[in-house]
Amino acid sequence: MAKELKLMKGNEAIAEAAIRSGCDGYFGYPITPQSEVMEHLMAEKPWEKTGMVVLQAESETSSINMVYGGAGVGKKVMTSSSSPGISLMQEGLTYLAGAELPAIVVNVVRGGPGLGTIQPSQADYFQATKGGGHGDYQLFVLAPATVQEMYDFVFLGWEIAFKYRNPVMILSDGAIGQVMEKLYVGDYVPRWTEEELRKNAPWASFGKPADRKHHIITSLELDSAKQEQHNHKLQAKYREMEEKEVRFEAINCDDADYIFVAYGSSARIAEKAMQLGKEKGYKIGILRLITLFPFPKKKIAELSTKVKGMLAVEMSAGQMVEDVRLAAEFRCPVEHFGRYGGIIHTPQEVLEGLEEKIIKRK
Amino acid sequence: MFNQDIVKPENLVYKRTDVLTDNVMHYCPGCGHGTTHRIIAEVIEEMGIQDKAICVAPVGCSVLAYNYFEVDSLGAAHGRAPALATAIQRLNPDHHVFTYQGDGDLAAIGTAETIHACNRGENIVIIFINNGIYGMTGGQMAPTTLIGMKTATTPYGRNVELNGYPLQITELLAQLPGTYFVTRQSVHTAAAVRKTKKAVRQAFENQKNKKGTSFVEVVSNCNSGWKMPAPKANEWMVENMFAKYPIGDIKVDGELVQK
Repeated sequence: MAKELKLMKGNEAIAEAAIRSGCDGYFGYPITPQSEVMEHLMAEKPWEKTGMVVLQAESETSSINMVYGGAGVGKKVMTSSSSPGISLMQEGLTYLAGAELPAIVVNVVRGGPGLGTIQPSQADYFQATKGGGHGDYQLFVLAPATVQEMYDFVFLGWEIAFKYRNPVMILSDGAIGQVMEKLYVGDYVPRWTEEELRKNAPWASFGKPADRKHHIITSLELDSAKQEQHNHKLQAKYREMEEKEVRFEAINCDDADYIFVAYGSSARIAEKAMQLGKEKGYKIGILRLITLFPFPKKKIAELSTKVKGMLAVEMSAGQMVEDVRLAAEFRCPVEHFGRYGGIIHTPQEVLEGLEEKIIKRK
Repeated sequence: MFNQDIVKPENLVYKRTDVLTDNVMHYCPGCGHGTTHRIIAEVIEEMGIQDKAICVAPVGCSVLAYNYFEVDSLGAAHGRAPALATAIQRLNPDHHVFTYQGDGDLAAIGTAETIHACNRGENIVIIFINNGIYGMTGGQMAPTTLIGMKTATTPYGRNVELNGYPLQITELLAQLPGTYFVTRQSVHTAAAVRKTKKAVRQAFENQKNKKGTSFVEVVSNCNSGWKMPAPKANEWMVENMFAKYPIGDIKVDGELVQK
């Protein structure tokens, strides 16, 4: 595949990836710090290039339900927003999960709670990985750390979303969304033809041909026995994701005494902190999470038997750290370090956090 | 004479359209939903668009509408049907996407979705059942509940000070440039059924010609929610509901009908 080098913001990379990955429709609503996604799409006019639909909705509530509609008829559809907007989308997300519809939802996280701030944050981890909406469901959550990954994870997102018939969230943050970096983009993947759609999404409500009964896309099942069966099916799917789809990057973990567990922007800051630590003689590794759900429980369990401690580095008051602790099962100390409310921690602060909470721990 | 002697093509005077399924409808006897379903299904059959019709069902009494239409369907979250329909129609411009919504779904929780879909002139058909009450949840006040009308949440009658005014959303939508055809009909008599069928046909024809949003309100009864026998409910509807929600076309071919 021919590769072309570009300089882009993370948000623009999402938009570019949408067009180049054969996305059928994007439905969004402006919110800082992710508005460049729709701005880039509108400027590129993909409806002239690929036939992709781009629409500015009247609210995030509406845009996620447009996504539900598009996904229900088998199209590759997506939306993006930032934290307060994603809160409004929780209704749509639980319906998507309940009706088993594939879609991509990008959250370029900003500080909260409430209207919060427009600066970067990672405080939506709970919302992304623990439900957010009502009922027992899971989003598949990808955490990009570079502009390149913002681009690549859209392609990966379609694969996962259609393979499992499940919504995929790309959980980014204001820093990755706004930063400009070089990235390689590939050739345009054509949108699915009608025949391909029928082959790849045979379950969808794309219009009833004469030779089959009607398709119904719904999350409603009033018979509780059947609803429980449906829930069993969903849970089996989530367990399969945990078995097959865990993704992470282990950096210098093999002979490390200490591990930074981090994702997204924090993983990059932790990498610098690791170098600073090396100068002081500490053997530090990084477990950079790429999938937040499914969570790399086994890898953390394995590392927890070998190291002196782990520091969960995240721009929140401590959310991912709970999952790290559960996986480590008290085999080693696990602590949290992070600035939040829109403040980004420095590598120096992260290293000091490690020294204070783990290395000099009494 | 045996059954097979009677059931012969030459003896056929009425046949249920194949665009309705065999499922037994769950609606209360005397309710207008069943008749309205049949009208839509017959229009789809007569226009030969079953393979291109996509139903977006609401939340409310007609939450299970997709069990009765033999067309590909989606069940929307409460009030969101026009958002689903917007995307589906834009992604499939030659399809016939229609929403089927009650007054709570369309005129309360889904007001924003309704107004903006109509204002964008989405090429969809919206069928709006207005019976002035929340039937499914047990007879609570709807945005269209009449002043003085008793419901489970207005036990002493709808009071303007407490509850505000009944919402004439259909008149409001007719003001938007995106709506091409806006009409209000009913299904309580054979003549009314014929008029409603004509209106529904017109709506789907407009869609075929890509004219923008077509909106058909059907003022209906809710004998269970109104706590009346069905014939009495129809009489009450004619006397009270029609006074606030007068029957007839409101906007035709993009022009407001002069009264």
